[in-house]
Amino acid sequence: MKYSKSITMKTVKLLALFFVANLAFVGCSSDDDDHHDHDHEEELVTTVIYALTNGNDVVTLTFQDLDGEGGNDGTYIVSGPFTANTFYSGRITLLNETESPAEDVTEEVEHEGDEHEFFYISTPNDITILKTDVDDDGNPIGIETTLKTGDAGTGSLTIILKHEPNKPNNDTPTDAGGSTDIEVTFPITVQ
Amino acid sequence: MKQYLWIVVLCFYSLAYTQNCTHSLDGTVTDFHDGNPLSGATIHNETANTYTSADINGKFSFSDVCEGTIVLVVSHVGCDPERLEVDVPNKRYVDIHMEHHLEELHEVLITGTSKEEKTSIQQTVHKKQIETFTDKSLGDALNTLSGVSSLNTGNTIVKPMIHGLHSSRLIIINNNVRLFDQEWGDEHAPNIDINTSNQLEVIKGANTLRYGSDAIGGLILVKPKKYAPKDSLFGSTSLSMNSNGLGGNLNSELIKTYKSGYYAKTQGSYKRFGDFKAPDYYLTNSGLKNANVSANVGYSSFEKGFDAYYSFVDNELGILAASHIGNVNDLVTAINSKEPRITEDFSYHIEYPKQRISHHLGKLDAYKRFKRLGKLSMQYDFQINRRKEYDLRRGDQADTPVIDLRLFTTSFQPNLQIDAFENTEINTGFLLRFQQNDAISGTGVSPLIPDFEKYDAGVYATGTYKLNLFSEISAGFRFDFSKIKARKWYNTTDWEDTYNYDELFPEFESGITSNSKTLTYPEFSFPNFSANLGYMRHFSNDFEFFLNYGLASRMPNPSELFSDGLHHSAARIEIGKLTIGKEVSNKVIASLQRNNQHIGFTISPYFNYINDYIQLIPTGITTTIRGAFPVWEYDQVDATIYGVDLDLNVRISDKISYNGNFSWLRGHNETNDIPLINMPAANFNNSITYYNKDLNQLSVSLINKTVLQQKNYPDYNFYTYNAITNTNDYVDISTPPSSYSLFSFNSAANFKVFKTGTLKLEFNIDNIFNTSYRDYLNSLRYFADELGRNVNLKVKINY
Repeated sequence: MKYSKSITMKTVKLLALFFVANLAFVGCSSDDDDHHDHDHEEELVTTVIYALTNGNDVVTLTFQDLDGEGGNDGTYIVSGPFTANTFYSGRITLLNETESPAEDVTEEVEHEGDEHEFFYISTPNDITILKTDVDDDGNPIGIETTLKTGDAGTGSLTIILKHEPNKPNNDTPTDAGGSTDIEVTFPITVQ
Repeated sequence: MKQYLWIVVLCFYSLAYTQNCTHSLDGTVTDFHDGNPLSGATIHNETANTYTSADINGKFSFSDVCEGTIVLVVSHVGCDPERLEVDVPNKRYVDIHMEHHLEELHEVLITGTSKEEKTSIQQTVHKKQIETFTDKSLGDALNTLSGVSSLNTGNTIVKPMIHGLHSSRLIIINNNVRLFDQEWGDEHAPNIDINTSNQLEVIKGANTLRYGSDAIGGLILVKPKKYAPKDSLFGSTSLSMNSNGLGGNLNSELIKTYKSGYYAKTQGSYKRFGDFKAPDYYLTNSGLKNANVSANVGYSSFEKGFDAYYSFVDNELGILAASHIGNVNDLVTAINSKEPRITEDFSYHIEYPKQRISHHLGKLDAYKRFKRLGKLSMQYDFQINRRKEYDLRRGDQADTPVIDLRLFTTSFQPNLQIDAFENTEINTGFLLRFQQNDAISGTGVSPLIPDFEKYDAGVYATGTYKLNLFSEISAGFRFDFSKIKARKWYNTTDWEDTYNYDELFPEFESGITSNSKTLTYPEFSFPNFSANLGYMRHFSNDFEFFLNYGLASRMPNPSELFSDGLHHSAARIEIGKLTIGKEVSNKVIASLQRNNQHIGFTISPYFNYINDYIQLIPTGITTTIRGAFPVWEYDQVDATIYGVDLDLNVRISDKISYNGNFSWLRGHNETNDIPLINMPAANFNNSITYYNKDLNQLSVSLINKTVLQQKNYPDYNFYTYNAITNTNDYVDISTPPSSYSLFSFNSAANFKVFKTGTLKLEFNIDNIFNTSYRDYLNSLRYFADELGRNVNLKVKINY
């Protein structure tokens, strides 16, 4: 009988301790509770704009997927045809349009230029694209480019952004490796 | 002065009083459980040094008993002697209840080999074998049993699988507490430090209803050691070192026990590994860090006891760097290349991607036995699981986890074990549980699993009945009611068009929308019924036969209902659906065993029919900014899983023995008439052991493990457009890797050190021939080979 009394007391005390510990754990959590708002898709890129100009003529390739992965598929808009045998200078803009105002993600990529690189692949083979910007190590990034068209024809232009590629590389995404952050393919016409 | 006088007077008075030795004392001795008289019990009057014994009715009588307090010591074969004080002549009759279950007590306290239910079909991993896995995981240790395999992500995330089923379909009971550690995820390994356990038991069927109604695959019990009540202080420390991963494990435990039944134990372990190595390259970023502490205090006697237990596990696991890929083209590149795209030199550093998980578990239980009734126990427990998964991210987000979930679970469960009847034992009780998941904000992505609250209530009764000396039957039922209330933002397009939820579940809509997202409050209730039947029979020649039937049902887990997003290493988008209902399993399993040291075996066939089996399969392609992705959705089909497990042990000579096991399994999707995905292939283990008890208990074993190629798999391969090469590439995600066969070597010896301590040395080699291989059940099999050779040295000191 002696034991049972001390056990009961001990049990009660321990139970009390556990409940208190429990409350403490639950209590501690209030700092990261989030019952009012949901997370914004901060890292999302909804929009890729490749804007090219030859001085007076502007061609804009736009990919837009406002609801991200899932939901609706993205849309491709090409403003018009390229002119044959012409120099264009181009610039990539990446936007997160779920934020208001839209967040310019290009700056982040530029800032971490040594961990990123754009690649351009076109099926009319006589289109040449050269990257004109460099990262801190002197390797190309590819946000800024020049594009020279060849003869008239139709095909596609693919823009790929690699995260953590091997740099320098032989300017093919295969050699660069890394993981693909962006891959969009536009139908293009040269006339 | 006056006081002293009084004392002297009192002394004389009492002396005079005790001289009166004319009283009689009668009594009965009965069994604590069933009240049966214990004839032949010896009763010793210690005060007068006289003896008597109980008659056939358990009655005894002392005459000429002196007045005062006398001490009786009662003993009976198979019982612990009972000591009690009787005040004569205030008390002339005593009822003495003896605990007549020493065998059971002995089993529980000393060897711990009692079965959960005598009719269940189970297999056990004992402490000796567990020690070999001190620096590995629960899944690795269980993998040695027939019918048990594992679903892996790399080599550190190992999920146990019983008869092809894993995750939410298994119940893992750690120290009598059901583990809730977001076990729904394929790459969420159980947060259990194997060093805290004394014994691991696998029950191959849904027939231990005390723990839950949804154990469609089976049950894993992680049991701590129980200690004999004696005054003692002891402990052990072990250190394990490995050549592969250049790491190891340090584990230490200290136990204090008292004769009175009180005990206290503390244990801690620390594990650290750098990058592991496949035969041809380092598996960059595959290291891990793990720390664990546990403590318990308690009191245990036959009649009553309590136990308070607390454990904390902290895990940091690197995920193979090469497995972080962006889209399907990256996956094709990985599948087609022989080596992972990132292989660097050895490093202890754990980079992104990685997982960081902490798990708290606290438990308090108490029990008391009642005469002619049984044992009543109560248990309260709580668990907090915090899971952070880090990915490769840009800018300020680099150090922010992409997944940050905290799951809090608390439960209360009383159980009454009625063992008063001669041939019947009944267990009955109920369960109350509350669970809260908090998707912690600040990750910058939509949470994979939304905030939810879940309530469970269950009631059960199980009984076993001894038909005769050779056979027993058991039966049980359980009813559970679960309610889950979630809060989730859906993509408005998905909610309204893709899945048509606005018409199916208009009651979940909150009316709040923002950024083309809709806020919803999904709420589901699931009543679940489960039942079992078991039969066991002993034959002569050590033969035993078991037959079990189990009905179990499982409600969909949060990922099956709510998941919605990109799974990086699989390069696929995974979609859970609100329309998923519960799955119901009917499993029959039989077992014929011969428990004999010379030639023993087990043959155990089983058949499981699962109605509305929930599976994740590819359903289409979606275009995202990262390129094309296959979409995998959860759906339900009718499935059958059947197979056979074989075990064999042969004693070749008094020092050499052979052990082998073989598992064969088929999983079939009956609805579509194709095989089920991710089912284990046929495999067998053979080992030869030399053991010499007289030579420092030296044991030397050679072990072979062979896994055949899985030929029965569903073909979910597809083509994807590759813009770089302007071709359509074939994506072979289905074909299982080839068969493999591995050899390993184990040796151990014990030495006496100090006065009472022992020193155990172990030397082991895994994958002796440094074989390169990949396993179908490893989700990172597209990216890298499994581990190469490992040389391991363990030192354990018991003191």
